[in-house]
Amino acid sequence: MLVFILKRLGYMALTMIAVSILLFLLLEISPGNVATKVLGPYSNEEQRNLWLEAHGYFEPLYVRYFAWLANFVTGDFGESIRFKVPVSQVLWPRLGNTAILGLATFAVMIPLSLVLGVLAGMREGSKLDRAISVTSIATTSVPEFASTVFVSAIFVFWLKLLPGTSTMTDGFSLRQLVLPVMVLVLYDFGYIARMTRASMAEVMTTAYIRTAVLKGLPYKQVILKHALRNALIAPFTVIMLQLNWLLSGVIVVEFFFAYKGFGALLLEASLNQDIFVIEACAMVAVFVAVASQTLADIGYTYLNPRIRFA
Amino acid sequence: MATATDAPLLEIKDLCLSYFTRAGEIPAVVDFSLSLAAGESVGLVGESGCGKSTVALGIMQYMGHNGGIVGGSIMFKGRDLTTLGDEELRQLRGSEIAMVYQEPMAALNPSLTIGAQLIEVPMVHEKVGEKEARQRALALLADVRLPDPERIMAAYPHQLSGGQQQRVVIAMALLSNPSLLLLDEPTTALDVTVEAGIVALIAELSRKFGTALLYISHNLGLMLEICDRVCVMYSGEVIEEGAIDSIFTWPKHPYTHGLFGCIPLPHTDKNARPLVPIRGQLPLPHQRPAGCNFGPRCDFFKPGLCDAGDIKIETVTADNDAEHRVRCVRWNDIDPKDAIAVGAGKKPVVIGEPVLEVEGLQKYYEVHDRSIGALISGAGTRFVKANEALDFTARRGETVAIVGESGCGKSTFAKVLMGLETATAGEIRLEGRNIAGMAVGKRSAEQLAALQMVFQNPDDTLNPSHTVGSQISRVIRKFGVETDRAKARERMLRLLDLVKLPRDFALRRPRQLSGGQKQRVGIARAFAGNPSMVIADEPVSALDVSVAAAVTELLMDIQREHKTTLLFISHDLGMVRYLADRIVVMYLGQIMERGTTEEVFGPPYHPYTEALLSAVPIADPKIEKRHIVLEGALPSAIDPPKGCPFHTRCPRKLGEICEQERPPVQIDREDHVIACHIPLAELREVEPVIRAAS
Amino acid sequence: MTETALPAPSHPAALVRALKSFALLRESWVGLLGAALIAFWVIVALFAPLLAPYDPLATIQGYAAPGASAPDGGTFWLGTDHIGRDILSRIIWGSRTVLIYAPIATFFAYVVGIVMGLAAGYFRGWADEVLSFIANMILSFPVLVLYIIIIATYGASPINILLAIIFASSPGIMRLVRGLVLDLRNREYISAAQTRGESSWHIMLVEILPNARGPLIVDSCLRLGYVIITIGVLGFLGLGLPPPDPDWGGMINETRQMAMAFPHMTLFPCIAISSLILGFNLLADGLREISLRD
Repeated sequence: MLVFILKRLGYMALTMIAVSILLFLLLEISPGNVATKVLGPYSNEEQRNLWLEAHGYFEPLYVRYFAWLANFVTGDFGESIRFKVPVSQVLWPRLGNTAILGLATFAVMIPLSLVLGVLAGMREGSKLDRAISVTSIATTSVPEFASTVFVSAIFVFWLKLLPGTSTMTDGFSLRQLVLPVMVLVLYDFGYIARMTRASMAEVMTTAYIRTAVLKGLPYKQVILKHALRNALIAPFTVIMLQLNWLLSGVIVVEFFFAYKGFGALLLEASLNQDIFVIEACAMVAVFVAVASQTLADIGYTYLNPRIRFA
Repeated sequence: MATATDAPLLEIKDLCLSYFTRAGEIPAVVDFSLSLAAGESVGLVGESGCGKSTVALGIMQYMGHNGGIVGGSIMFKGRDLTTLGDEELRQLRGSEIAMVYQEPMAALNPSLTIGAQLIEVPMVHEKVGEKEARQRALALLADVRLPDPERIMAAYPHQLSGGQQQRVVIAMALLSNPSLLLLDEPTTALDVTVEAGIVALIAELSRKFGTALLYISHNLGLMLEICDRVCVMYSGEVIEEGAIDSIFTWPKHPYTHGLFGCIPLPHTDKNARPLVPIRGQLPLPHQRPAGCNFGPRCDFFKPGLCDAGDIKIETVTADNDAEHRVRCVRWNDIDPKDAIAVGAGKKPVVIGEPVLEVEGLQKYYEVHDRSIGALISGAGTRFVKANEALDFTARRGETVAIVGESGCGKSTFAKVLMGLETATAGEIRLEGRNIAGMAVGKRSAEQLAALQMVFQNPDDTLNPSHTVGSQISRVIRKFGVETDRAKARERMLRLLDLVKLPRDFALRRPRQLSGGQKQRVGIARAFAGNPSMVIADEPVSALDVSVAAAVTELLMDIQREHKTTLLFISHDLGMVRYLADRIVVMYLGQIMERGTTEEVFGPPYHPYTEALLSAVPIADPKIEKRHIVLEGALPSAIDPPKGCPFHTRCPRKLGEICEQERPPVQIDREDHVIACHIPLAELREVEPVIRAAS
Repeated sequence: MTETALPAPSHPAALVRALKSFALLRESWVGLLGAALIAFWVIVALFAPLLAPYDPLATIQGYAAPGASAPDGGTFWLGTDHIGRDILSRIIWGSRTVLIYAPIATFFAYVVGIVMGLAAGYFRGWADEVLSFIANMILSFPVLVLYIIIIATYGASPINILLAIIFASSPGIMRLVRGLVLDLRNREYISAAQTRGESSWHIMLVEILPNARGPLIVDSCLRLGYVIITIGVLGFLGLGLPPPDPDWGGMINETRQMAMAFPHMTLFPCIAISSLILGFNLLADGLREISLRD
């Protein structure tokens, strides 16, 4: 098991290095572009060359890459063009805000989707199953940017129950968190619920569930002891991978509700060509995604005795 | 054994079970009646789709959401199971009636330990504490002859072998000491030597605990080993029932007769007494004919009588078995001499010069172990020794059978011959040219055409996306037999004639064909390029006996006609004895014994051959057999035992020499060789395993 | 056996079969509803010039409420936006944008993904390791982050958006295809093809790919939905197709600041895009349900 974890961590490091190369190539392959972004479109050729010279951009590509990587690893992400402060100063508080949003979303979404999924999958084809399935298809079909519009129309415009922005300028406000979380949960819960349902429905048709029933176990015990343990392995992985999708949703939601989070930062940076912020945000985002995938893999192995004791 | 005066433990009357699908109601079982006394064992035998498993699930009242009981009653200890509520049923299941299933691996929960799955049975049914439940589970694991019960309790299902898993399932079923045990093909998924152990165990335990058995199987031979009475089912109905002796000695129903004609019994012979397949195929449940379901396939069918209405089951008065009943209006008219089908004799093939010579063939697979322990010890790469030092020759027109249990390397050998894998060492000479190192892509069209294969799985052998005709035509053009499209088509149609399929099948897709028909297309495809040799890897093992007989006969007829060499790979010794001229017995990648069929089936035997022969159920009460049950499980091919691979299970093991040294290849007669440390003289003294009963 | 002549296999037969399998949809009301929604938008897109009451780019009268009468005597059924363009006409013309870009992007993503997946799954070995590593790397990016980086770097032109979608979607398709191929390559009919000397690409394209079509068709419906969402999101974030051509995501973005005061400007494009995505998701579910039946 330890070997497996080390192997996964090694693979994760390898992926991060590959990703960093890809990012570097995407964003920094052309020094001229970088200089234009840093100095603005009205800078002249000479200014740009001076800046490039000063920042080591005339070195060979691989030297630049390693210098760039070394800076990254030591936490030096460069300076934000827009905010005129080191990127890390902007990034960490924003990341903290997004973590709050993400945790709140998971706290609502996971119990909701698992319970609905298990209920639907327990009796495949029942009325409850159909209702849950169709609802989850419908909610997953409304993209986040559309549901932001729908929920604000309902709760802000007509019912006047909740604030339409979540700037949190006067400190943390739970009321301001409700709509962003609602939008994220609405879009994402359906997917997990459907995965859980499929997994549960499949388990319910297996021979070992038949064995459990024909042993004369009470239905509750069949479900809780025999079915759930196997049915929840697949959704566990999906939930961990969901972080990846959640991050996409977070960008939209933060943008719409003016929530001062990480996603909004990345978007603003890209709209303003704030290149070092983009790089830092992208690396952090990928790190979170890759780390969660690694965790999902390790967890999956741990949950599945067939692999654990192979 | 129960006496007739006892009230039956289980009495099923006129039971009708149906599945409800979008296409409407599908009657799976019709008017099924059965009574079972305490301690008695009754067999339910029939081909797939006859409804035998549905009966077991019906008794358990577990028909799924689309199945249900349409009529009749199931009285168990004075209570009608069809009227019980959920809670009453639950209390009955697992405590009074327990079940053993076909796939033990699937029947056990993969993420719970064996212990957890065992102890919950007495805890739920008898409300005993965990400690006592554990004690009882341990005791039963010992009863089912599992070594080291403590370790088994802590294990997960995937850590046990198939035979061990099935023993666990049997232990689980017996934990609350049920009075009725339903066994649904409990050994079908197991190897034959493992099966023999399980069958012996079931017989022993049912006597010990006084449990009544309802044993469901497609294998008539097994019935003989375990049951007092047998019900033969066909298309949802019982068509004949009675004591073992009456059914096996005086079968009355034409279908029962037909079944016996399809099984390769010791007295059959591919030339003098070939198998007689039942023509046609099992009707689908919603296409059953009026009157007798077997009518359209029956040689004694009389219009106006057999299709005039429902056929009732009648008691046979011709023998002294009061329980012998048959569902045939003409049972009294049919002369048993006519009913016992005898196929027309066939001319033996003249065996010619060697076509295939295999010498010292070896196939290893590398297994990379990337664990840290392996890296430290430097044993990162290990080998699966799939084939080791194989030698043999096949001649023109000859049928050579390779027989062995799963993991013996027989399928790997086929792949190496075909070039789907390349040999690690050794030579394969096909018509004089070495092809051992030649992957399939490197072989010329003639070499490919010369060596073709018939595959095992009918659902897998044809590409579901293409029509039958286009798949055969493709082979013809690929091998350059015909390049002209029209001529290739003409040849394709003639190949369909050859395998006795209607020509309009050319436009059908594989899913519109039955299993037997698909195998026929597979045969046509293999013979499209006029091969000099055809490898058939378990070509009929997935088919029902009546269909298997037809496909086997067809394959042999074509082989005779084309003087093709046939390499028949099988686990079924009965089939092998019937059709092979020579036999190669393999175990863990090595040849244990080879020789002509008579030589292999008579002493001197290799001890493995001896055990294998004794394990095969034979559906003939006139045959007597010695019972040899092998201990232990099949070792893994990754770490095959040193010395003789069979020493871990060998009942005739001499001692250390078997563990240390590779056994010498002893030559009994010209072509009969045995790889064993026991001197030939001693092996010649061994009594035959099978002999006619006195 | 009588020598009966066979009718030559005709191509209409294949067409009839395709229609027949489509007719199976009537057994799933969910799938039928999905197909109907898609058909509705396809018809709208095809007949946009006939259906749209106004020029989608013409500024007529700003801030008109739904149902308000237009200066020319007509009606703004869905109102007008902040610069006075008829929203109904823009939605009708916008359906063309979505229904052109999304299928093109999905199609090319499939071409790339299928070729990569076939190669990885069939050849295995190092080809698989390299292709899978690349795919995993791309998939480890949160999708939208990837789009934002690509478009921020290379600009928001239609061709860049298409390339970004192909780049980000094909690894997922590759993984799916690879999994299917790994299963299918062990079938006996593949061995049969190998032992008659077929080339690798023949086996991949003729023997394997047709048998993977079921899951791929279901997946392509779902993926079309995702691509539509993606195009919408990019428009919404201001990274989409450049104005003024009508694009549903862009319409929402342009008017979202006024959503509180004039909800109709954002609400109707939202409904349009959601209904189209719902159509694809329902169709995928229906197709899956049918494919599981037999």
